[in-house]
Amino acid sequence: MYVATKGGEAAIENSHALIAEERRGDPAVPELEAAQIREQLGGAVDRVMTEGSLYDPDLAALAIKQAQGDLVEAIFLLRAFRTTLPRFGASAPIDTGAMTIRRRISAAFKDLPGGQVLGPTYDYTHRLLDFTLAARGETPPVAPEEDATDAAMPRVADILGHEGLIEPETPPPGPEQPYDLTREPMQFPAGRDQRLQNLFRGDEGFLLALGYSTQRGYGRNHPFAGEIRMGTVQVEFTPEELGFPIALGEIEVTECQMVNQFKGAKGIAPQFTRGYGLAFGQAERKTMGMALVDRALRADELAEDRLHPPQDEEFVLSHSDNVEASGFVSHLKLPHYVDFQSELVMLRGMRASAEAMQKEAAE
Amino acid sequence: MGVLGRAPAKSLAAKMEALGGPIAFDWLRQPEIGAIMVQGRAGGTGAAFNMGEMTVTRCALRLTGETASVGHGYVQGRDARHAELAALVDALLQTDRQAEVMDAVIQPLKAEEAARRLAARRKAGATKVDFFTMVRAEG
Repeated sequence: MYVATKGGEAAIENSHALIAEERRGDPAVPELEAAQIREQLGGAVDRVMTEGSLYDPDLAALAIKQAQGDLVEAIFLLRAFRTTLPRFGASAPIDTGAMTIRRRISAAFKDLPGGQVLGPTYDYTHRLLDFTLAARGETPPVAPEEDATDAAMPRVADILGHEGLIEPETPPPGPEQPYDLTREPMQFPAGRDQRLQNLFRGDEGFLLALGYSTQRGYGRNHPFAGEIRMGTVQVEFTPEELGFPIALGEIEVTECQMVNQFKGAKGIAPQFTRGYGLAFGQAERKTMGMALVDRALRADELAEDRLHPPQDEEFVLSHSDNVEASGFVSHLKLPHYVDFQSELVMLRGMRASAEAMQKEAAE
Repeated sequence: MGVLGRAPAKSLAAKMEALGGPIAFDWLRQPEIGAIMVQGRAGGTGAAFNMGEMTVTRCALRLTGETASVGHGYVQGRDARHAELAALVDALLQTDRQAEVMDAVIQPLKAEEAARRLAARRKAGATKVDFFTMVRAEG
């Protein structure tokens, strides 16, 4: 238990001033603008938007600046801002099949329609520090342009689907009202809609580690990166007063379709099963971790034994959110003086009686 | 209306200069910043789920003058001026200036968007992998 305390106002104010000074750093070095963060630290911006659950590159950049690059703190800032916005409604589900592709690879099929498009990736870099970036005023090379990629490319899962070799993913009949964690509390057992929203907002490091653990045998499900695609999709929304859909926005997303072995079960023929990952921006590692964990969490549905943490939805969903996790861990810093005082009294009492008993025994 | 929301605000403002002087209007709803929940589908084609929200600015206005047409603006982001311009164009499209607005604003914005997408696809196209089949020598 923690208690409210008074005092320390001046110390807190001065701490705020100190952090502002430290955030600014050496005044001789030019101040960083949020626009520079937005344009040049895209990886951080995308992570903050995804886990902060709000697509707005300018706000994510501001949050990163304010948090001095502490991304979990920046995510917290964006989440807090998000709650101040009135909700106009929900979009139609985005169509990733109609994506304007910037990157698209498959580790399962070499010759897939539309081809393997590497796009901007660090995969084939040598991971050597590039000291030319430390020198200012470098003009970057202009990326070459060649024949355009196809305007839309079929998904690998859809290609496999034609042969019936992979489980189909079809929407349920009738109008859909997917679970919304921003409106409703977590509940168990969770539907896949609730799980996917949780994983979408979930901490990249947590999902990466859990996904990795499934590969090492903790809920093994033999994954292949069926397809990873990254690019822009349109967001369609139907305002109530208009009654017709408008494609009012365009967002960048990354999608990962894991294809997993499945030996079949009662009434289900052997076929490939699927795990799904999706995120705002360029977030390949996040979507791969998410897809591995999504598949592991489908254990019950696929009649697999639930033996390991990544298959346990209460464990995964309750601990994936870094805002909640950091809040609960951080609350240990709040004054626990009374609690601690009572523990001290008890401990002293126990030691005194133990000493007394020892003395008695010796006599 | 979609292209007005997706276009960069600066680009929309530049196109509207061709329409001449300030256009008089009354607000029906002042620009308001809010969010819409963006949804995806499990596996890309399955059941819908909520991803996260996206900032959107909306407004509504009525032109003052003979044709008091109403315009709605819905744009991505938090730029009130962007929403205002989008609503103005929407209102003008319902007047006898429709053809002029299509030529000066809508068509050029659509062309710019198509060019942006094509450029992205051409840059991606340069990173497309050409596989060489390794042929094993006979004998």
